[in-house]
Amino acid sequence: MTINRHESLGLSDQDVLELYRMMLLARRVDERMWLLNRAGKIPFVVSCQGQEAQQVGAAFALDREKDYTAPYYRDVGVVLALGMTARELMLQAFAKAEDPNSGGRQMPGHFGAKKLRMLSGSSPVTTQVPHAVGIGLAAKIEKKDIVSFVTLGEGSSNQGDFHEGLNFASVHKLPVIVMVENNQYAISIPLKKQVACEKISDRALGYGIPGITVDGNDPLAVYQAVKQAADRARASEGPTLIETVSYRLTPHSSDDDDSVYRNKEEVEEAKKKDGVLTFAQYLRDLNILTDSVESDLEQSLKEEIDQATTYAEAASYAEPKSIYHHVYGE
Amino acid sequence: MAVLSYIQAITKALAEEMKRDEKVFVLGEDVGVRGGVFRATNGLYEQFGEERVIDTPLAESAIAGVGIGAAMYGMRPVAEMQFADFILPAVNQIISEAAKMRYRSNNDWTCPITIRAPYGGGVHGALYHSQSIEAVFANQPGLKIVMPATPRDAKGLLKSAIRDPDPVLFFEHKRAYRMLKEEVPETDELIPIGEADVKREGSDITVITYGLCVHFALEAANNLAEEGIDAHILDLRTIYPLDQDAIIKAASKTGKVLLITEDNKEGSILGEVAAIISEHCLFDLDAPIQRIAGPDVPAMPYAPPLEKEFMVNKDKIEQAMRSLAEF
Repeated sequence: MTINRHESLGLSDQDVLELYRMMLLARRVDERMWLLNRAGKIPFVVSCQGQEAQQVGAAFALDREKDYTAPYYRDVGVVLALGMTARELMLQAFAKAEDPNSGGRQMPGHFGAKKLRMLSGSSPVTTQVPHAVGIGLAAKIEKKDIVSFVTLGEGSSNQGDFHEGLNFASVHKLPVIVMVENNQYAISIPLKKQVACEKISDRALGYGIPGITVDGNDPLAVYQAVKQAADRARASEGPTLIETVSYRLTPHSSDDDDSVYRNKEEVEEAKKKDGVLTFAQYLRDLNILTDSVESDLEQSLKEEIDQATTYAEAASYAEPKSIYHHVYGE
Repeated sequence: MAVLSYIQAITKALAEEMKRDEKVFVLGEDVGVRGGVFRATNGLYEQFGEERVIDTPLAESAIAGVGIGAAMYGMRPVAEMQFADFILPAVNQIISEAAKMRYRSNNDWTCPITIRAPYGGGVHGALYHSQSIEAVFANQPGLKIVMPATPRDAKGLLKSAIRDPDPVLFFEHKRAYRMLKEEVPETDELIPIGEADVKREGSDITVITYGLCVHFALEAANNLAEEGIDAHILDLRTIYPLDQDAIIKAASKTGKVLLITEDNKEGSILGEVAAIISEHCLFDLDAPIQRIAGPDVPAMPYAPPLEKEFMVNKDKIEQAMRSLAEF
């Protein structure tokens, strides 16, 4: 018998159903983008598949009215949970003028929206960690009750900015949560060729802060970990390093061929633990996700994504002459 | 008006801006209790406290990157790199992040950070405490690079940099810190970024330079005046983006142009200044454009005679100005 684990976390049945809806939306948006890419309609996709549980679970643990985030390029689940819409993601995928992230200037996966307090990201990895620490520093100077949440991949935890940012945040006890989404691969390089430590969270020891590892396929475990880290941050106890362990179910991007560096059996094995499937089963076991709820949900997501795709495909590109704008304040 | 040294002018600008706007804060290595290794932030820690004058861990990318994040929040950080030579670990943050923040977010996010760094040689600093590294950043749209030559300009330009809505690199010549002194207005004087300044009116030859070399050029010009050579001296002040109109006007005025930098010659910003003059002033020129710069060796050595061989000085400039006048 499946035990109800969400009630003790303060989450209602409605909350966890919404959490699942967001995970599934992320998955279905991502799947649609692959289809659009293979159909030649969008040039590029970089995927969230296999990481939706940790992304949505984490975002739900934040105060989505005031906290700041610095998501990395796989965080479709994070940005949807924070308020970006499927339409906005499609506008980004089609690189149209209305894309709120960059107006079609950046590749997909380079998120950012001031209205959502979501910092703009770039392609050189891990540069967002010091930025998130800067938000934490500003919050401390201004005495604002703000938590700054930043994500990255496990390969990125080797970058200097990871170390420099975490060390700064730890010395100054800043309200920062650093979440490493360990999906086992940095493009083709597996975890064991990226780090020699057992867990990415072991690195927290060097900063004198808590480091925890949780199952990234379990949104409730991630929710709990991020909630505790946020409580610590709000109590001026400093940053927390969280490692969420899951598996990248797709190639690195639409331009990658993962059959060169990993076998199908490994991927198939990982798919059995896919958080989207396992969390659905949890909700079914508790009779929260009934057959009718599930089919209604799939239908409404399909309509939402269809409409988003149609809108984005028909939307206009930015004017070519607009490339000269916003180099400096005008 | 009080007489201030170049570094006192810097300190005063910081104190005035911190007093004016609570969003302004300082971060860097040794900037707090110590008041900076050059004493540029002297007294600020006592006046504004440790939360606004922040001693950071020794890690330049974090100093820049954390400052960038705070700037995105809406603060006005002034980050100090202890020496310009040590800014290189922060280049990714400055070029990939600060410079492109407004552009890549389609004007959604901005990055109003000021990054101060002491540069320049002639102080027995050897290879890694003497360099001019402005050319590394001088083809990065989104950045502004300011290199003041006088105490008054240093104060007025630093205040403008802190109030600027975009990232500004502010390079201060460390030999100028205590060597240059002048009367600086007590008023809240803002000197605009992006505008060059004629430091000496003249009609025979034009010298275009920036930073400490302005001082050497002025000294040389005073000597040459006794020989009847009248030099026009333009101080670029902002070296990126360049004040093209001022360059064209100054070059056209005399038709004989000498460009001076302390940086290594090849790839320095002088090449860009020369290109602007070539594009716009060909028929006004009466002589080939001349350049004085550091030699194309990696950086200046420590031993005094070797350092002297590298450095631009008044005598080298005076000689070049005389030859150009006689051309």
